[in-house]
Amino acid sequence: MKTTSLVNLGPVTDIPLGEGRTYAVDGDMIAIFRLRDSSLRAVSAICPHKGGPLADGQIDNAVVVCPLHLFAWDLATGCSQSGQPPINVYPVREDDGHILLGD
Amino acid sequence: MTQKLVVIGNGMAGARTVEEILARHGDFSVTMFGDEPYGNYNRIMLSNLLAGVETEEGIFLNDLAWYRDNGITLNAGVKIERIDAAARIVHDSNGGATPYDKLIIATGSYSWTPPMKNVHNPKRGYHQGVFAFRTLDDTRGMIRYARDHERAVVIGGGLLGLEAARGLQNHVSHVTLLHAMGHLMERQLDPKAGQMLQASVEGKLGINVITNAMTSEILGKDKVTGVKLADGTVIECDVVVIAAGIRPNTEMVANSGLPVERGIVVDDQMRVQGHEDVYSVGECAQHRGSLYGLVAPLWDQAKVLADHITGTSGVAYTGSKLHTKLKVAGIDVASMGLIAPEHDEDEVIVYNEPKKGVYKQLIIRNDVLVGATLVGDNSKAASLIQHFDRGTALPEERSSLIFDIGGAVEESPEDMPDDAQVCNCNGVSKGAICGVVAGGCGTVSGVMDKTRAGKGCGTCKPLVQRIVEWANGGAAEEDPAASWYVPGVPMPKSELMASIRKYRLTSVSSVFAKLAPGGEDAKSKMGLASLLKMMWGADYVDERDARFINDRVHANIQRDGTFSVVPQMKGGVTTPAQLRKIAEVAEKYDVPMVKLTGGQRIDLLGVPKEKLPAMWADLDMPSGYAYAKSFRTVKTCVGSDFCRFGVGDSTALGIALEERYQGLEGPGKMKLAVSGCPRNCAESYVKDLGVVAIDGGRWEIYVGGAAGAHIRKGDLLTTVGSAEEVIRLTGRFLQYYRENANWLERTYAFVPRIGVDRIREIVVDDTDGIAAALDAAVEEAVQSYQDPWKERAEPATPGQFRTSLPLIVLPQVPVRS
Repeated sequence: MKTTSLVNLGPVTDIPLGEGRTYAVDGDMIAIFRLRDSSLRAVSAICPHKGGPLADGQIDNAVVVCPLHLFAWDLATGCSQSGQPPINVYPVREDDGHILLGD
Repeated sequence: MTQKLVVIGNGMAGARTVEEILARHGDFSVTMFGDEPYGNYNRIMLSNLLAGVETEEGIFLNDLAWYRDNGITLNAGVKIERIDAAARIVHDSNGGATPYDKLIIATGSYSWTPPMKNVHNPKRGYHQGVFAFRTLDDTRGMIRYARDHERAVVIGGGLLGLEAARGLQNHVSHVTLLHAMGHLMERQLDPKAGQMLQASVEGKLGINVITNAMTSEILGKDKVTGVKLADGTVIECDVVVIAAGIRPNTEMVANSGLPVERGIVVDDQMRVQGHEDVYSVGECAQHRGSLYGLVAPLWDQAKVLADHITGTSGVAYTGSKLHTKLKVAGIDVASMGLIAPEHDEDEVIVYNEPKKGVYKQLIIRNDVLVGATLVGDNSKAASLIQHFDRGTALPEERSSLIFDIGGAVEESPEDMPDDAQVCNCNGVSKGAICGVVAGGCGTVSGVMDKTRAGKGCGTCKPLVQRIVEWANGGAAEEDPAASWYVPGVPMPKSELMASIRKYRLTSVSSVFAKLAPGGEDAKSKMGLASLLKMMWGADYVDERDARFINDRVHANIQRDGTFSVVPQMKGGVTTPAQLRKIAEVAEKYDVPMVKLTGGQRIDLLGVPKEKLPAMWADLDMPSGYAYAKSFRTVKTCVGSDFCRFGVGDSTALGIALEERYQGLEGPGKMKLAVSGCPRNCAESYVKDLGVVAIDGGRWEIYVGGAAGAHIRKGDLLTTVGSAEEVIRLTGRFLQYYRENANWLERTYAFVPRIGVDRIREIVVDDTDGIAAALDAAVEEAVQSYQDPWKERAEPATPGQFRTSLPLIVLPQVPVRS
């Protein structure tokens, strides 16, 4: 996603604590995760290994684990911990209860 | 405040200890003294250097840059002459005095020379042509000299002597090995094994071996011409290598007034007795009366010392159980514990095949392995070392300890090509595994995480372990997490359950907060959720993020991110009305594939997540549990209703079992079956729990069977006289499994681990008096069952059934017409 403008993706409460949901933004699919410490992370929604839906994966405060073959990626850097290509990470934050994607 | 740490000795122990301290971010300015003018190298590899299979660069552990990069002052080639412990100063051979706050003595050993005439030249030290085999300089000198000579004699038939003899064959045409004792490697091998080894060394390698050979004199004036034995025998040679043993380097320490017996006396924190700030580690240290000359104990000692010196309290080194597993001069040898029985009751098992040079001996005491010797075949060494180290119960079939009975022959990692595929599920090659090990990851679980090898069906795990061990040069690093229930909480299951009860932790997040040093861990969530649900029942606080996606949406995720819907079909029995409804739903929702499962149900595949609630509503049937680590199905045959051979009503019993235990969660899937006669059409012998009707109105119960990634015939638990007893014992066994199995440990691993006899005592005979408690616990779980598909009208979380699939088209599951 090259956009520099902010996109409001709706209330943070759309995402349960500790889970992820997929959003379509400008033709891209982006998985937004709401960590148990309430912070947000945004990464590409598609696992580069075999196309798994990353938003269905389990997370902790550092990684997301793809539900298909359990490869893990760092949510902050997008780096794989298990020898796979990296995934994209996007700037995301919460403002007044809403998810704001972009710089 | 930064303390001054001085280390005397720059060998494997000294440098390793400093590495461990650096890894713990110890706040020290480090000064090291080493006799030898180098960085530190792997002394064990000197044999390989001599044999020409390793280069000098290849044996260095830390080169000089490492010292520089870590701010360590290295005084190479500088000898410490005296320790002034009262003033906390060490004095060196250059006249320097170096003060310290903490001192580590790691002076190691020197090569011992047995008394014999003419071994030393008064002007030159050793006689020209006579070498010790201890240092890099020794080895260099030996290679340089041997190159121009023909016949070598090695004095000493221990490990080092054998390696020296083998290595010298690379440089001279004739090697004789002299050993003062009755058989080779007498410290590790019994006489029989020693003789087998000798036969192999002579026959396969062409090295002459003479035992009971006391060397009394080195012959030759200016250069060596031979050696003379005590019995008068003269052996002509022009090179002599002395590898008769090592002695700890303690003279300087003793002269400095520190306590030295056989070695430098240390306590369990590796502190030198009576000296708060002086430590000793490695071959020169004497701990609880023992000296160690192997690498593994040294690593253990270095870790304890590093922990202690950097402020971790409560750490202690309690000694090491010694085992070796190696190729001695190209021949497999493994040895651990006793080399001969000590008591009349000791069980001794011996296998001997002289022609092949294979010898195996086990010594067992009170059902625990206390000694083992292997020559010529090390394939079972790894599992024997585990039994020896951990004192685990041995299989009743003792022969399985030394042979692979009926199983496939274990592949040797050494013989495999680099591109050989090891993990057939995730496509991981031997080369990929070795690469990760070379990159510094030495534990089996670490390698599995990094490569995902062994993370599919799991059948290749033993091979992965062997490759990691091989790539590590013999032994995988010990993985502290191996016994933990989940990777993020450092506790085995029983301890974890006790802590959960003690602090009354009813949610996964509370377990992380209280018991996990690293906080939340994604890979531990599912196992903890399962455990807590089992322990707390209705009091469990269900956090949905702790569930795997399958358990969040009660369906099985497929390769394209869609799900499969499997309605319950108890005992494989259905009705025309049910079939009609399933057909209608399949048509209405354009289900791309309708398939019968291996567990006798109908699978509707390729269903998008968002359609799941509507489909469940239209079906209006209970969930068939084709997902989750839980009780799955009870497969049945027709049984006595229609079958000519049936002797019991397997269908009715299967339905009764499925009705009662549906949805029961556990550490792994539970697949059951009931067969109406021993023809076994429902494949009950290979189920987690299988029931077989036999003539006379009785039922056999088998447990621990498998026919998936692993294949195992279940063990006969017991035979009972009624269906009610089958149902009761099934619940009791499943509850015992739920409470005691490790996470993801299926019954095919659990039952052999505990032993079917022990399980029978608990579950059938109630010798432990817990049967009533098991019955009550499983009854409570049964009563709290709720069909998860009822969770369709009101989603448990926002967007529970919203798609996570991308808009782009992915590879689709092929649709067959």
